[in-house]
Formats: sequence, C-alpha cells, structure tokens
Amino acid sequence: MTFAIKNNISWVGKIDWELRKFHGEEYSTHHGSSYNSYLIRDEKTVLIDTVWGKFSNEFVENLQKEVNLDQIDFIIINHAESDHSGSLPELMRHIPDTPIYCTSSGIDIINGHYHKDWNFNPVKTGDKLNLGSKDIVFIEAKMLHWPDSMMSYLTKDNILFSNDAFGQHLASELMYNDLVDQCELFREAIKYYANILTPFSSLVDKKIREVLALNVPVDMICPSHGVLWRKDPLQIVTKYAQWASGQAENQITVAYDSMWEGTRHMAEAIVQGISKEDPSVGVKLFNIARSDKNDLITEIFRSKAILIGSPTINNGILSSVAAILEEIKGLRFKNKKAAAFGCYGWSGESVRIISERLTESGFSLLNAGLKEKWSPGSEAIEHCLRFGQEVALQVKGP
Amino acid sequence: MDKYVCQLCGYVYDPMLGDPDSGIAPGTPFESLPENWVCPICGASKDDFQKE
Repeated sequence: MTFAIKNNISWVGKIDWELRKFHGEEYSTHHGSSYNSYLIRDEKTVLIDTVWGKFSNEFVENLQKEVNLDQIDFIIINHAESDHSGSLPELMRHIPDTPIYCTSSGIDIINGHYHKDWNFNPVKTGDKLNLGSKDIVFIEAKMLHWPDSMMSYLTKDNILFSNDAFGQHLASELMYNDLVDQCELFREAIKYYANILTPFSSLVDKKIREVLALNVPVDMICPSHGVLWRKDPLQIVTKYAQWASGQAENQITVAYDSMWEGTRHMAEAIVQGISKEDPSVGVKLFNIARSDKNDLITEIFRSKAILIGSPTINNGILSSVAAILEEIKGLRFKNKKAAAFGCYGWSGESVRIISERLTESGFSLLNAGLKEKWSPGSEAIEHCLRFGQEVALQVKGP
Repeated sequence: MDKYVCQLCGYVYDPMLGDPDSGIAPGTPFESLPENWVCPICGASKDDFQKE
C-alpha cells in the first residue's frame, strides 16, 4: 500500500494493525499503529524515514513498486529509533552508497544499532537540502524525544515532517485527521504526549515557540505514527502547547491496589467524599493492578491531583503500586498535588512510603495521608469520606 | 566549583572539563556560562539544570 499525499509526495510506510504493545511490553497500543515513511519526488528523490525492522522486507518490496530504488538520491532519518530506522539495513543492502542525512547524534545512534559504514551527512537546524524546485529545511528537536530527534520541513508544499512529535498510535486505512473518529484520535494523541513527552515539556514549549517564530506556512503535518494532520494542522500544535504548559483539567484520579478489599473500600469512600464536596470535579478511580498502565498515566497527566493507595505488605507497598510510582517519577509531572492512603494490619508503612515517593517525584503533598487499621469499619469509612472532602476543598482552592 | 545536572537528559556539567565543543573552556564555573548556553546532549537551557 502506498498513497499520494500531495503533488509528488507519497506515503510509503506500514500500517501495523495487530500491534498491541510497543517498546517491548512498555506501551499499550489498543488501536495498533503505523510507521510512516515518505517519498518526495522533485528533480531529486528523497526518502524520509523507514519502518520497524520486522517489516523491512515488506517495506522495501512496497517501495520498489513505487520507485526504482537506484533513483533515491537521499535518505533522511529524522529519528534513529528502531521503529523508524529499522529497515535501513535491508534498504541499504540494495543502495549502499546513498547518502543518509541525520543529526550528528543520529549518526551515533544508527552506528550503535547497525554498525555499518554508511555515507552519513550530519545536519543542523537551518541546513537545507535542495531537491530542485523545493528545499528540505532541517529543524533539530533534541530530546523530543531522543537526543537525535529532528523535523524536516518541505518548502513550497509547506509540509512539516515532524517524526514522533504530533504522532499517535492509531492504525487506520483513512490516514487523515479529518477522516478518523475524533475521540480515538485525540485519546491516542494525548496518551502519546503523556507517556512519552511529559518529561520534556519545557523543551516542547520552547520548540513550538521557535517553530512558530519562523512564521512559515504549514499546510500539513506528517508525523511518523498515525494519521496525517491536513485539516487545521496547527490544532495539534495548539494542543501540545497546552499540554506542555502543565495546566491540568479539573480532574482528580484515585488509584490503588488492594489485597483483601480494605484499601478498595477506602478508595471508594474517598471518591464519594470528593464528589460530595465538589460535584463539578471529574473524579476517576482505578485499581492499578487491573488497569492499563499507560491509560492510567494519561488520566494522571490530565489530573490536578492524584491519590495513591496501597495496603502495607512486608513493611512496604504492593509491587503494582511501586511500579506505577516508578513510572510517575520518570515522567516528571509538574504542578500536581497528591496524597496517599491505605490500610494495614500491624506495621503500616505504606502511606509514608507512597508520600515520600510522590514528594521525590515533584508532587506537592496535600496532607500526611490516611491509614486505617485492618478492614475499614463505619468509623474508618467516615474518615475516608472526610479525607475525600478535604482533598476536594484543597484542590478546588479558594 | 559545583557540578550541575540536566534535569531533562541527565548530562552532568563538570566545570573542570567545561564544554569545549560549545567553546566553554575547562575551569568555567556553571554560573559563568553564557545565558544562551544549552545542554550539549539535549539542548535544555541553564534553567533546566540543578546542582548535583
């Protein structure tokens, strides 16, 4: 499958319908994904990015139907992660001398993966590659989301090939933002931002301002995953600016794990207390062990405050709770409030441990947490309701 | 002289080494780096660094 995007520009990527986990088992992809590769034909012919190595044979066969490989003058690798560079070894077997344009860091990463002596040409922001009647202009985007990441802008057609920025894990034969289900599209776009880009929000903000300051027309944004933004393409840039600002939605997420239901009863009462105090706040409740980790991270990303609950086990916390706290720490959320809760039998360390980890992760603690001994009775449930009410009041603010 | 860590990528600015690729001589304290100096690994600005 290939299709024409505009004039002499074709999509030559691969739709991965059956993908359900990405980055190994790290990231859930309920709607599959695509690896977008683009072929631009002017006086010169250039290929932008490839696809994941497991599809390299299909990719090259498909590409050969579109173009004689010997006619490819340049290859641009916007980002050297395996899902975009993985088909280089198979492609370069056919055209070993074709020059590859990427950042200097990209050269290191490609060498680190494939160990081949290819014809590399390092580029920096502002460098141009002339294709005849049009130019490709390179824009480095370090740590968005790897050190080598960059974007390529095609003049005259006004297309920004943004690589992972503005992408979504969404497989669709429709391939354009205006044709797909908008809820699915934005759910996948925010999930991508929350799970991949959150730690780099300050860079996202800076990069958006840098790109907008160039004041170049953008008719289309073509990312490396998911559908292409052709209708009002800057809407996703506006969303990214909003997400990068750290402004959360009016939402509180409560997430817990439980052994004999005690911490679950606490969580449910806390949620009732929150809703009673502030019916306008969106409140969501998840059992961490039974929820999709990445969907939960997305809900945390959207929230002003989070409450994390675990019973005490072996003087510590449940491993499911420890795992999500590790994830939360790495994502370096900003401007969020938090508190801990949990029941216990004898030692009762869980609330202190969770509170410490949330503090280390940059959350401001709302209180010292709430712990209840054994399975909560009516008095303990009353504490939980009040705890929820107090949290709602604090989050609402004056 | 203190070392500073980039909060985005983990790069450590060691004043004893400077950042010769960006024209920063060895022995330059973090505080004396020009305001437009950026992390050589990820492009983060000085604001994104914290004392080690």
